[in-house]
Amino acid sequence: MNEMTKITTTLKDWETDQEVRWCPGCGDYAILKAVQRTMPDLGADPSKTVFVSGIGCSSRFPYYMETYGFHTIHGRAPAVATGVKLANPELDVWIITGDGDALSIGGNHTMHLLRRNLDCQVMLFNNEIYGLTKGQYSPTSRQGTQSPSTPYGSVDRPASPCAFALGAGARFVARGIDVHKGLPDVLKAAHAHKGTSFIEIFQNCIVYNKDVFEEFAAKKTAADTQLHLVDGEPMLFGKGTKGITLNRKTLQLEVVDVVDGDWEAADVIVHDVTNRSVAHMLIEMQFGEFPMALGVLYDDPRPTFEAAVVAQNEAASAGKKPDLQALLSKGQTWTVAEGGPEL
Amino acid sequence: MATALKQEEPNSPNSDGAENVVVRFAGDSGDGMQLTGGQFTLSTALAGSDLATFPDFPAEIRAPQGTLFGVSAFQINFGSRAIETAGDQPDVLIAMNPAALKTNVEALRPGGLIIADSGEFGKRNLDKAKYENNPLEDGSLAKWQLLKLDISALTLEAVKPFGLGNKEALRCKNMWTLGLALWMFERDREPIIDWLKGKFAKLPDVAEANIAALNAGHAYGETAELSGEGLGSGHLTTRKVGAAPSAPGKYRTVTGAESLSLGLVAGAQLADLPMFFGGYPITPASAILHHLSRLKEFGVTTFQAEDEIAAIAAAIGASYAGKLGITSSSGPGIALKGEAIGLAIMTELPLVIVNSQRGGPSTGLPTKTEQSDLYQAVYGRNGDAPMPVIAARSPSDAFECAIEAVRIAVQYMTPVMLLTDGYIANAAEPWKIPDVSGLEPFPTTFLETMPADGLKPYARDGKLARPWIKPGTPELMHRIGGIEKGVDTGHIDYGAANHQKMTEIRRDKVLGVADSIPDQDVALGNTSGKLAVVGWGSTFGPIHQAVRRAVEAGKDVAHIHIRNIWPMPKNLGDLLKGYDRVIVPEMNTGQLKTVLRDLYLVDAKPVNKVSGQPFTIAEIEAAIEENLS
Repeated sequence: MNEMTKITTTLKDWETDQEVRWCPGCGDYAILKAVQRTMPDLGADPSKTVFVSGIGCSSRFPYYMETYGFHTIHGRAPAVATGVKLANPELDVWIITGDGDALSIGGNHTMHLLRRNLDCQVMLFNNEIYGLTKGQYSPTSRQGTQSPSTPYGSVDRPASPCAFALGAGARFVARGIDVHKGLPDVLKAAHAHKGTSFIEIFQNCIVYNKDVFEEFAAKKTAADTQLHLVDGEPMLFGKGTKGITLNRKTLQLEVVDVVDGDWEAADVIVHDVTNRSVAHMLIEMQFGEFPMALGVLYDDPRPTFEAAVVAQNEAASAGKKPDLQALLSKGQTWTVAEGGPEL
Repeated sequence: MATALKQEEPNSPNSDGAENVVVRFAGDSGDGMQLTGGQFTLSTALAGSDLATFPDFPAEIRAPQGTLFGVSAFQINFGSRAIETAGDQPDVLIAMNPAALKTNVEALRPGGLIIADSGEFGKRNLDKAKYENNPLEDGSLAKWQLLKLDISALTLEAVKPFGLGNKEALRCKNMWTLGLALWMFERDREPIIDWLKGKFAKLPDVAEANIAALNAGHAYGETAELSGEGLGSGHLTTRKVGAAPSAPGKYRTVTGAESLSLGLVAGAQLADLPMFFGGYPITPASAILHHLSRLKEFGVTTFQAEDEIAAIAAAIGASYAGKLGITSSSGPGIALKGEAIGLAIMTELPLVIVNSQRGGPSTGLPTKTEQSDLYQAVYGRNGDAPMPVIAARSPSDAFECAIEAVRIAVQYMTPVMLLTDGYIANAAEPWKIPDVSGLEPFPTTFLETMPADGLKPYARDGKLARPWIKPGTPELMHRIGGIEKGVDTGHIDYGAANHQKMTEIRRDKVLGVADSIPDQDVALGNTSGKLAVVGWGSTFGPIHQAVRRAVEAGKDVAHIHIRNIWPMPKNLGDLLKGYDRVIVPEMNTGQLKTVLRDLYLVDAKPVNKVSGQPFTIAEIEAAIEENLS
């Protein structure tokens, strides 16, 4: 996001008078609250904040934020947001999207948003299902997902949102869970990053794909199933009894036991958010053998798209007057004199 | 031309001494015919003649050399009278190889002059052009005058001192040919030499070689004329075509793509808005993106998007954020933009969508012209989705149409489609440079403070337009989107009565644009009578000339040219009902005809051509004749 004057607001200032229309118990409520709770902490200005969304359950989000909001068309939020940000780089732009919106119909735009590095936050609500169209399998659904369109189970392999993002050139990749108390911290880190901040949020669709993330999202077992990444801290989980290390022969990550908290002896890796190679490996860790990596996986800013566009526009305009009459008269001209051949 | 054969010269001087000549340059797509034509056009304009051009090139960038489908042609019609088409039949054909001869010679008027590069008429090229015998030798071109010049050898000789390789040296053939053409029409070489020096500023050897070729071609004409050298049935002579009568003022040549781009820049200035242009490469629309990309000092931001949808979506985003959003494409790209156009209609944001029409459907004829996207422009969206549509008739008209499209978009808070076509985009004509101070500004107003009765993002003004509110404006936060909006509030509202009301408002707002456009005039002829020839877009030229000839012959015919395709001028229905018959020539299978029938219940008869080529005057004359008898 941009450097901007910090504004004092409360959670209430970010709520609209619109009735929230998600299913009772939907994970979206928790995400909405987390965002509304985070905005005052960011010192954000509602009048300079724009939420842009595509189509799907998650994309109703802008209606519930007392900011500027644009609920666009399916998959195209990144493209609309690009126009918004190029037109006014001062705006703080958030893109709200889902797994179908961002990775299926809008996959192309998501890829180009990330490679261009437009300064904005992308919150991808991944529930591994099409909710608003009543439960078809999505591009992130696991193989074998039974749905109205795949009664015998889906046969295609799912896309990994964070792997896609990193592959497309993302400079910030993070993961969170809808009801997780750590989500606001992830949002703050995303907001602090200049460039496209990509956040995958595991979101529980209680109607069509209930508890699909329960294996790692459940609070009871979270200590063993979640790896909370903190820059500069060792990659520990299981209450400090386990860690992630790199097998230098296979060049693969491995889970190791940590005895008496001596993680250095176990050769546990210290998380460095700027290490792109390790970020790839963390994203690729298969849940089961490994815990689910959460938090900021990668954060290494590069110049933003809109800054480059503005700089080039300024450089190309430097010293040139926008003289329309001169522009129209450019090139070789000739004059027909008064008293010349008449019409 | 002063020629040996005098039996048929339709383009000879009129009784008033006015005359015109049609020249077609044709060669391989690598021969630089478009460049040659463009420079000849410039020279013609500088000589003060009126002109119209028709570049006709293949979709392949470098089709296999010498093939029939790789032929690229450029036709120019110039004269000392008003010129409105690129000419029905060339008087002179310059053919750089057998394929160019074969694909173009039948268009040449009987008695016309062929100048052929005999150096390219070897067996290999003849085979490629599917000639069994050499047409330069077998007498098959007897109905035309033929001049055989070994342009290849003459060019190689001319550029020898510059030490270019054979391939590079032969690239100068087009300049040799241009030099000859400049001599034929008594043109000044200096502007072309200046242009070559500028173009090859970094390659002085290449510049000098090209200039030498140009001079050699010119000198060849002089020598050949003096010596009266017999090179075939034709003779080289010069012919000066005088200046055309035109209004006093400063002129330049423009192509449609140039003038349209300039019109968009002017429109943005008049609206007092910075411009955001989202585009995606597509023939023949890309030229607009190219032009605007160089005009950053005019507050123009250009964005080459990842696809057509992103191009319009970003333009909508920019309009939402307070810039003038513009996108441009051709038919297939416009199809992709359809859903987003609906979003702009629903969110009532200003947007200009330029469609440079080409032959369709699907990929169709990418480099050929057609006007078959009228249905797409007027009807081509889901839901009741009304949108104003304007069509340009010529390169210079495109300037005014672009300004008009911007005006309607910002004053009515609506997307507007601006139709042009491949012919207008690429064709050049002289343009009297408008005086900018004479253009009427229409400055935009944004809603910037909280209204006394609270914020209503979908409140209406006298034009039924809603307020334009930029994100970043304090206190006026609101949400918009593609879901049906509540009247005034803009909140999501699926209510039955609300949808009925909002659909009617959107319809009435767009129909109301008719209040801000001039009444339909009659371009030529009487305001009632036997026959009206009704056209739109780039068919203006041939229709106008055909009607002029008919009127001069005492026939009761009128030409009506419609610029505002949707909504149409309010008096149009009554005007059309004043004629016994109405015919509608279009480069499609009858799209404007359908709209006219639907709106006014008039018995409009179609006259259609969908060959990828513009109408000839003769074709329209024939249709007039048929409908008067």
